[in-house]
Amino acid sequence: MPLYIMRRLLETIPVLIMVAVFVFIMLRITPADPATILAGDNASSEQIEAVRGQLGLDKPILTQFFIWSGNVLSGNFGESFFFKKNVASLIAERIEPTVSLAFFTILLAVFIAVPLGVIAAHKQGSLLDKIVMGFSVLGFSIPVFVIGYMLIYVFAIWLNWLPVQGYQRIADGISGWALRLILPSIALSVIYIALIARMTRASMLDILSEDYVRTARAKGQIETKVLFKHALRNAAIPIVTVIGISIALLIGGVVVTETVFTIPGLGRLTVDAVLARDYPTIQAVILLFSFVYVLINLIIDILYSLLDPRIRY
Amino acid sequence: MTTASPLPAENPTVVSKPKSALRRALHEPSVIFGLIILSLVILIGILAPYLGTVDPAAISPAARNKIPGAEFTMRTDTGERISKVAHFGTDSLGRDVYSRVIYGARVSIIVGFSVAVISVFIGTILGILAGFFRFLDPIIMRIMDGLMAIPGILLAIALVSLFRAGVLAVVVAIVVPEIPRVVRLVRSIVLGVREEPYIEAAVTLGTPTLSLLWRHVLPNAIAPLLVQGTFICASAILIEAILSFLGIGIPPEIPTWGNIMAEGRQVFRLLPHNILYPGIVLGLTILAVNVLGDGLRDTLDPKMAKRI
Repeated sequence: MPLYIMRRLLETIPVLIMVAVFVFIMLRITPADPATILAGDNASSEQIEAVRGQLGLDKPILTQFFIWSGNVLSGNFGESFFFKKNVASLIAERIEPTVSLAFFTILLAVFIAVPLGVIAAHKQGSLLDKIVMGFSVLGFSIPVFVIGYMLIYVFAIWLNWLPVQGYQRIADGISGWALRLILPSIALSVIYIALIARMTRASMLDILSEDYVRTARAKGQIETKVLFKHALRNAAIPIVTVIGISIALLIGGVVVTETVFTIPGLGRLTVDAVLARDYPTIQAVILLFSFVYVLINLIIDILYSLLDPRIRY
Repeated sequence: MTTASPLPAENPTVVSKPKSALRRALHEPSVIFGLIILSLVILIGILAPYLGTVDPAAISPAARNKIPGAEFTMRTDTGERISKVAHFGTDSLGRDVYSRVIYGARVSIIVGFSVAVISVFIGTILGILAGFFRFLDPIIMRIMDGLMAIPGILLAIALVSLFRAGVLAVVVAIVVPEIPRVVRLVRSIVLGVREEPYIEAAVTLGTPTLSLLWRHVLPNAIAPLLVQGTFICASAILIEAILSFLGIGIPPEIPTWGNIMAEGRQVFRLLPHNILYPGIVLGLTILAVNVLGDGLRDTLDPKMAKRI
């Protein structure tokens, strides 16, 4: 097991190097010249050259790549063009809202979708099953911003139950923080509920036809226990996979949701950085998100063996 | 191996597979539903000028922020004043939202189809190369792994920032993240069939590699690619709307569903129609394409259907 984790960790290295190379190439082919931008509007060509020297952009490309990756490895992502700030500290400020939103969303999605999927599989072909399946296709197709605005309109403007938009830090009060996250996480979770419920149903249907489920029923085990203890545990692997994929996909959803609900998180930072052509920030965010993405995939693989002792590495 | 043994007589009544499968697909209710809605959207896009629309980019300052159903007057290109009913209201620049939603179908359809076709085309070539030529496999797949490690929308957002905003930039930005998925699919199909006896037979007979790939390997990929292409089309329409909504996709003067919603963001509390109407149309279109994909998968690709 530790050997397997080691091997998987090593395997992520080439992938991350590919991402780093891609991000670096992106820096090279950008039409905007960082030196010109940093030097300001009225800079003479000598001043621009001086900035270029400072940034190390006059060195050969391969040297630049190693200097840049060395900096990235030591946590130095450079200076943001737009925010005029160290990118690493800029990102650090924006992590809390995004992680809070992602956490609430996944929590909501798992706790709604898994029982829904189990019940739909249990009552296969029933009206409830059809509703769950219909919802899952629907949930897949309605864009998160449409759901978001509909929720805002109904619950914040019409019924006036919840705050419209915005974000409050945990440090400023837990209730305000949680209250403002309810609508965004519901909006964002719809698509993941659809995805996870569908996978849970499919996986449960496979397992429910197994002999040991029949045995469990034959020995008089109550149905809830058959479903959740005997079947769900064996159906868990595809479900865990799809939850993992959901967490990874969240990164995209977060960008949109944060815009709809004006939450100052990493997603909003990404869009602002793109609008301002702030390449150091864009690159840092992509590297960070990709790293998280690869890490999540690794964790899922390791979880497999914990969930299913039959899988040995 | 070398002795030519007579092959067991195959059932002569077997019809060529893709045709019958396609015919079966056309009887599937979900395929019919998807195709009807999709054709409707395409028709709306083509016939946009004849559907009671006005110039979707025409600004009438006097008719800003009208509620749906209100009447407004606007000046046409020829200078005459006309009175119109704004079925879906007007936006904060006085543009007719109904006309913009109708014209918006064009961009969505163009982006959806071109992304699906281009990414399937490039992905298929790379997938066949990776699956058939051993020495290319590690190179292509490592690059694909790298691309796959970057979340799709984020990669599209980053790529869009590299180009000047426009339809082409958006198409390229959505194509790149989709390619690895197609490559993986095609590669796994090629790996599956390359050891099949009929491939070996073709190789032994000295079939040129290109015609071997074209006539014996590629047909195996058609059904899964059709299914995958449909899903790519749906996701492309969605991502285009997201990019435009975020203000980094198609330039705001071109009417797209995402742009109309982006425009409606500021006045949303008072006038939700700018978001509601394009949102419904967008959701319905994506739903239709997804349902179409589901139906095609169930009929054309039963192995894949079983998995989800």
